[in-house]
Amino acid sequence: MNPVIKGCSYILVHVPNIMVEGGTTQILEKENKNSEYIQKLNDHIRSYEECIAYAPNQAYIGNIYPDELYNIPKPWYQNLVSPKRFGEFGEIMPEDEFYALMQISDVFDLVLLEKKFVEEVKEKLKNHPLINEKDLAKLKEGVSLEEIEKQIDNKAVPLRFKGKIVGCVKKAHDKDVTLSSHVMMENLATKASAVLAFKYLLKNTGINVEEIEYILECSEEACGDMNQRGGGNFAKAIGEVVGCSNATGADVRGFCAGPSHALLSAAALVSAGVFKNVVVVAGGATAKLGMNGRDHVKKGMPLLEDVLGGFAVLVSANDGINPLIRLDSIGRHTIGAGASPQAVMHAVVVEPLERLGLRITDVDKYSVEMQNPEITEPAGAGDVPKANYKMIAALGVKRGDIDKSQMEEFILKHGMPGFAPTQGHIPSGIPILGYARKKILKGELKRVMSIGKGSLFLARMTNLFDGISMIIEANPGIKEEKGPEEKEIRGMIAKVLRDFAEHLINSEV
Amino acid sequence: MDLEIQGRIKELAEKYGAGNIVVILGSNEAEAAGLAAETVTNGDPTYAGPLAGVPLGLRVYHILEEEIKKEIDPNVYEEQVGMMEMVLDVEAISKEVRSIREQYSKY
Repeated sequence: MNPVIKGCSYILVHVPNIMVEGGTTQILEKENKNSEYIQKLNDHIRSYEECIAYAPNQAYIGNIYPDELYNIPKPWYQNLVSPKRFGEFGEIMPEDEFYALMQISDVFDLVLLEKKFVEEVKEKLKNHPLINEKDLAKLKEGVSLEEIEKQIDNKAVPLRFKGKIVGCVKKAHDKDVTLSSHVMMENLATKASAVLAFKYLLKNTGINVEEIEYILECSEEACGDMNQRGGGNFAKAIGEVVGCSNATGADVRGFCAGPSHALLSAAALVSAGVFKNVVVVAGGATAKLGMNGRDHVKKGMPLLEDVLGGFAVLVSANDGINPLIRLDSIGRHTIGAGASPQAVMHAVVVEPLERLGLRITDVDKYSVEMQNPEITEPAGAGDVPKANYKMIAALGVKRGDIDKSQMEEFILKHGMPGFAPTQGHIPSGIPILGYARKKILKGELKRVMSIGKGSLFLARMTNLFDGISMIIEANPGIKEEKGPEEKEIRGMIAKVLRDFAEHLINSEV
Repeated sequence: MDLEIQGRIKELAEKYGAGNIVVILGSNEAEAAGLAAETVTNGDPTYAGPLAGVPLGLRVYHILEEEIKKEIDPNVYEEQVGMMEMVLDVEAISKEVRSIREQYSKY
């Protein structure tokens, strides 16, 4: 049974205060009391309005087809577009509403919010299309500022909004660093943003939540305690909030390639007939907020890494309509493949195509590491998607699929400008699935390859790199199984096997 | 350059002697290659890592530079680096790393 991509959702959350409080770069810089960066930081923070008018963010939530970014002059942060909170795939949520969603998603009373703040944000959330009465009932009445300050003195992480403290996240254990207030804020932000992505997936697909049988969660962080740092299980925790009462699930990790591994696992579970509907979901990573901030501030740019990213994908049994994930030729960077970029790209891109007798040009669009270049270029990391497309084009030249003079043309036609926030797991392979599904359904694309890549050496356990790819194709429709003839053949084979088994038993005696 | 890697390079230079070490870079663009080259010759220009204020003066090359290419079996080079040679700006990267090497390398 072939698995299909039945729908996708993509969300962002504008969290400038969490960026300052919880981003790794900012935390490290604060250790230096004379840090120029920390002194200048506040002057480079974007307002919510600027954040939603930023073209790559609009591309992420479904309002601008990524190829259209070619027509918007750079820098995109100066050439703002129509500011829309909601898009075809999801939304860009403001920080105050997100604090409330963190409390709604918190079952251990770790998020405290100030009373007046709760009153105001509750009114806002009443108008939210996907926050229901049940969710609102989980919002607590709120506490006094004194109580919040007392908790902050006791190592709680402050939650700020418009220059004021409006809440905090408490530690969940006195001694366990994996349950410290910092980690709990990271994990609750991950969980709440994943909840938002999940809610949009339910809306976008129209699936009855009860029909979801399994959840694979693939965010950046792992939750656990000091006896099992990555014990989990975000998947069930998220499913519980959105009401997936018939589902279970587990967490999948693999640095930036995590979501691709999760998608492959979901497709395999559906293909094997274990489950009919599997959701792959991820929330955002607070640690990566403002990651390249030093370079952005140095170059007079706004801090563009001020959003958490999330997504969800529904993988279902073949309906004869939605695009298929081909499991007969998965691209994988094997342990023995070698770590050079060439070895990785050959294993991930060329080999799966060769197995199917396809050329590099037979894939209409490649979804690679789709980082927004405006974020990475000032930090010296270059235009990551473009570098990937150049590598694919160069492999095409080496194979003789295209001429060297056609490389630029190939990149334009088979690539896309990067638009995803640098949230680690978010850019890798996944961001164009929503558009790919839509265009394949319309008949504008036939075949897409989604490539996830991960820097495994960051964990200091191996020097290996990782890469995994999947081909996603237009669905040709379900062919009817040949009834009587096939049954007859199966019956004959079964009889021969039975006879053979009997013969073996008799000959042993 | 990653702080951890700076630490490892410093340790290796202390263990084997700075004159016995050649650093081969693989950065994908000129500015980053130049910064890495500067770090292992003149010290970390960002003053963040173990090589801040430590001018090791190591010999440093990029894998795409002609001097390194001619040291490697052409078949191996083609198999391992051929694709990236087509993708990256070899001239700009080589120029940047050569300039740093000529200024700060002591060996």
